[in-house]
Amino acid sequence: MANKNNEALKQPMWVNNPVLVQILGICSALAVTAQLKPAIVMGLSVTIIVAMANVIISLLRKTIPNRIRIIIQLVVVAALVTIVSEILKAFAYDVSVQLSVYVGLIITNCILMGRLEAFAMQNGPWASFLDGIGNGLGYAAILIVVAFVRELFGSGTLFGFQVVPQSWYEAGYLNNGLMIMPPMALVLVGCVIWFHRAKNKDLQEN
Amino acid sequence: MATKKFKCTVCGYVHEGDTAPKECPVCKAPVEKFEEIVEAVPEKKKGLNTNSNVYTILYAAVMVVIVAFLLVFVSQTLKERQTANVINDTRQQILSALNMRDQADVAATYDKIITADALMQPNGKLVAYEGEFNTSYKSEFDNGNFHVFVADVDGERKFVIPMNGLGLWGTIWGYIALNEDRTTVYGVYFSHSSETPGLGGEIAGTKFQDRFPGKLVVDGDEIALKVLKYGKADKSSQYEIDGVTGATITSTGVNTMINKVLTAYIPFLTKQCCKEGGCEEGSEECCEVHNVESNK
Repeated sequence: MANKNNEALKQPMWVNNPVLVQILGICSALAVTAQLKPAIVMGLSVTIIVAMANVIISLLRKTIPNRIRIIIQLVVVAALVTIVSEILKAFAYDVSVQLSVYVGLIITNCILMGRLEAFAMQNGPWASFLDGIGNGLGYAAILIVVAFVRELFGSGTLFGFQVVPQSWYEAGYLNNGLMIMPPMALVLVGCVIWFHRAKNKDLQEN
Repeated sequence: MATKKFKCTVCGYVHEGDTAPKECPVCKAPVEKFEEIVEAVPEKKKGLNTNSNVYTILYAAVMVVIVAFLLVFVSQTLKERQTANVINDTRQQILSALNMRDQADVAATYDKIITADALMQPNGKLVAYEGEFNTSYKSEFDNGNFHVFVADVDGERKFVIPMNGLGLWGTIWGYIALNEDRTTVYGVYFSHSSETPGLGGEIAGTKFQDRFPGKLVVDGDEIALKVLKYGKADKSSQYEIDGVTGATITSTGVNTMINKVLTAYIPFLTKQCCKEGGCEEGSEECCEVHNVESNK
């Protein structure tokens, strides 16, 4: 049992990463990765919400009527996100301003529904909690990698601080405007998946 | 279908009907060997049927009611704090236009710096605004309530005007602070709801906002301050400002916003009340801020 919980936490970080293997949550990965800061905040928020929603659904799993289970999951997620957003507005206003529309976007993040349906409906609360944390962190890791590359080459900054020296610009270096555009995030995620498949040969399809 | 079930106690055969058969068709046992089976109603309840319609509807209804009460409760208990945060944030934005960003104690600084929240009259006079502190200057502007905040920064009088407009994806807003001459920009603050981070979102950064101070707003009777496509602004011009690189539409939005809002404020900016007479030649008496000092 302890081994199984361990797996629930570790699997989604790399071997069964939600973005790379399950291909979930791609849309938000495109939207928030132009800069590092929103990417990290988004990654953490999703981690917390997936873990909490997983626990709640796992506790309710034996009572949920089969035919309306998706609706119940959605209601739980939407209520959770709304409450978290209200609490942020009251106690951490700066963070809530930064997150702005992304808080609402968490509801539509497919990782949530994917994990609730695939894991929390069959497993106990503790295992579900670990699964939520694992998937959230796996998602956050990809966001951070993509955001790092996009902010560095697209704006020449990291966390908003200038890292490409001014002298380079004077010598004719230009920021890559394409990096800021959403399609580039898709290309970068593709590159990460390529690397990931090369390392995990058993995932390769013929 | 009011059939009862009878079980043969010898071989276990189950007969369905109103009465027990005279003899068992399998083992020929007599009628006395039959026992009535009482339907195991309680047993059915033990394993809750989660697929029945009634259960589904009840579950959904209870769920919705619980969630609704929870949300109402959370929203009501946190409302006060949230409103206070929004007011605080709006005040911080006004102070940011006066180049006082990231204040530790916003309320105290605001009370110290802002001497009045006033409304512009059609002739350009300022009269104290009596209502509660407002956080939506878009609706105020649309209703014809033209707010002007009078500020006292190190003994110098500044005026802050709230602005609202549209960017590429959503609304943008900001505040512009003018010197006492009502035409030199002292500072600006812009923010946005959903512009692209790294592109249009840069209007909220100081790199763009620092291009404004020292520029002039009014030329004659018209708004002359312009935000142009990046690289198009004439460096020697007192009126032209470079937009944000790669965010032409957002920059144009800022330009349109400034032009639209400040055009409405022309009577105030050009001290129209003085030109219309009613006060002596050269005197600025009627353009002074009227009884606004009492209002905080």
